[in-house]
Amino acid sequence: MATSEIKPKDMTIDPATGEYRVIAPGQTFKSVTEKIAGIVLTPNTPLGWFAFFAVAGSGATVLLVAVTWLFLKGVGIWAITQPVAWGFAIINFVWWIGIGHAGTLISAILLLFKQSWRNSISRFAEAMTIFAVVCAGMFPLIHIGRPWLGYWMLPLPFSMNVWPQFRSPLEWDVFAVSTYATISVVFWYIGMIPDFGTFRDRSQSKIGQYFYGIVSLGWRGSVRHWMRYETASLLLAGLATPLVLSVHTVISFDFAVAVLPGWHTTIFPPYFVAGAIYSGFAMVLTLAIPLRKFYHLEKLVTERHIDNMGKVMLATGFIVAYGYGMEAFMAWYSASHWEAFMFWNRMRGPMGWAYWVLVTCNLAIPLTTLWVRKLRTNIAFMFVLSIIVNTGMWFERFVIIVTSLYRDFLPSSWGTYRATKWDYLVFIGTLGLFTTLFLLFVRLLPMIPMNEIRMILPQAKIKPKEPKATAGGGD
Amino acid sequence: MPAREGTYGLLAEFDTPSDLVRAAQQARHDGWRRMDCYTPYPVEEAAEAIGFHRNKVPLVTLIGGLMGLVAMFTFETWVSVLAYPLNIAGRPLYSWPAFIVPAYEWTILWAGLSAGFGMIALNGLPSLYHPLFNAPNFRDGATTDKFFLCLEALDPKFDLVETRAYLATLSPTSVVEVEY
Repeated sequence: MATSEIKPKDMTIDPATGEYRVIAPGQTFKSVTEKIAGIVLTPNTPLGWFAFFAVAGSGATVLLVAVTWLFLKGVGIWAITQPVAWGFAIINFVWWIGIGHAGTLISAILLLFKQSWRNSISRFAEAMTIFAVVCAGMFPLIHIGRPWLGYWMLPLPFSMNVWPQFRSPLEWDVFAVSTYATISVVFWYIGMIPDFGTFRDRSQSKIGQYFYGIVSLGWRGSVRHWMRYETASLLLAGLATPLVLSVHTVISFDFAVAVLPGWHTTIFPPYFVAGAIYSGFAMVLTLAIPLRKFYHLEKLVTERHIDNMGKVMLATGFIVAYGYGMEAFMAWYSASHWEAFMFWNRMRGPMGWAYWVLVTCNLAIPLTTLWVRKLRTNIAFMFVLSIIVNTGMWFERFVIIVTSLYRDFLPSSWGTYRATKWDYLVFIGTLGLFTTLFLLFVRLLPMIPMNEIRMILPQAKIKPKEPKATAGGGD
Repeated sequence: MPAREGTYGLLAEFDTPSDLVRAAQQARHDGWRRMDCYTPYPVEEAAEAIGFHRNKVPLVTLIGGLMGLVAMFTFETWVSVLAYPLNIAGRPLYSWPAFIVPAYEWTILWAGLSAGFGMIALNGLPSLYHPLFNAPNFRDGATTDKFFLCLEALDPKFDLVETRAYLATLSPTSVVEVEY
């Protein structure tokens, strides 16, 4: 469509489609391997990495301090009280787990749809998922007040013979989030096994050879192994797809099952899932853009990736917009006095500013600009936009939780919510923890799946000259 | 059990996946069965060429998933009806629609674990040692950019001299003998 705007000599553009190429031309199996393996196997860690690590590590230390103080003093150091009993902890929980969802979407759903452009970004998107789930999973545990009793959520045979209540969405959450974390880790690790084999063979240091040798499980690239590996990857993708949809659905049930105006709506499951993917893609961009710059990965993570992610954000952003619209419509159409008041208060009440921040960040800015291809392929713009959307999605959760709670049914029970410094410190701390884990991942593990990149290079195309062999046995 | 001494097989190296696939097709056509291809990324055509079409990973996954489903649903029913019956606003104890969500999650959990670990087990991994790692060109290239066909000594047609000559007709870049 935009073929006319591009320079005909631009080698990064595929002349057949006018789109940016997924992988810049001139790459070979060896160059791809050397580029990606070189990032990890070099003995020289870039100074910039240490600089980032120092900042992120300080953030993680803040988390340690904030959580220690929380355990000593109790959840009273946070701003949660009646009527707003779910504050930052649950906002952050929903925000983080939503961010994780894009990783699974990229690695699983786009694999099923045979979107080979995903190959360059799938690994670090999966890593993002896992670290986001780590941050998310912490919040319900520290929010319960007595975290040493957290195991009560699990159906374990206690000495008191008390079992959990399986009809409660909060209990479903335990299963949804723990399954999600487990399957994400398995998918991630299985995906890295062949790349660990490459690292084992290329590592110059004894420690590296031992470490990657053990984690590669002795991978040797037999095509029989590869076929089982491909089957397992496809099956895991097929399983992770309904899983990722169910996780945010179950989280939305935590709200939707309550009889509270602002929470009690049937639009919540699809609206939460779309919002999760929206914010997750924004976070992938926030991570991918500095990474490709810092490690010079522009040939593997090209403008095409940025462009495609922008398109996914545009689509999911509109689903989110539909969700917002439907909420407002139902508040009027239901003719429920409480519902209408809640919505009026959400937009015009003392915390109305938060609603308008969310509308600006999630709808007004991205959904107008993402239509423009020039902006979608403008790296600096997309980086800024990704941060705007992440902010907007955080405010979405803030609006859903706080503005639904702080005006209770009876005016005598009305309250307000003002986060304390410990609320902010825990949130900043999880940002630090997330970044720290991600930096360690980038330094120690293959951040781009080398075997999947080799697969989409033009050299990988088989030119058959002989007829196919006769059918034979399998396992 | 194969003897842990002597020759494991002859390893032919190729530069492109197409050469490997053609060689593997030819070898299978000529009656070779104990052989394997080694590639730095999945090459489906090579698996087809050596006659490997089906695998048991889907079956293992199905069994794992069904076990997870049955285990969780039965457990929820037992807890809610027998072990710890709770009267919540007079609702039935066997309120099965509410049990679907954890049972669904456990179906996925156990199917996924079975797919992942089943794949590793069926592949005979972890096995940190393999005779092929003795071949220096294998360690250099098999996980980077080279393609290998190994004719194994266990095949009845195998003969060190004749097989080496046979492999040379498939125009590899090199043929090396792999020792246990």
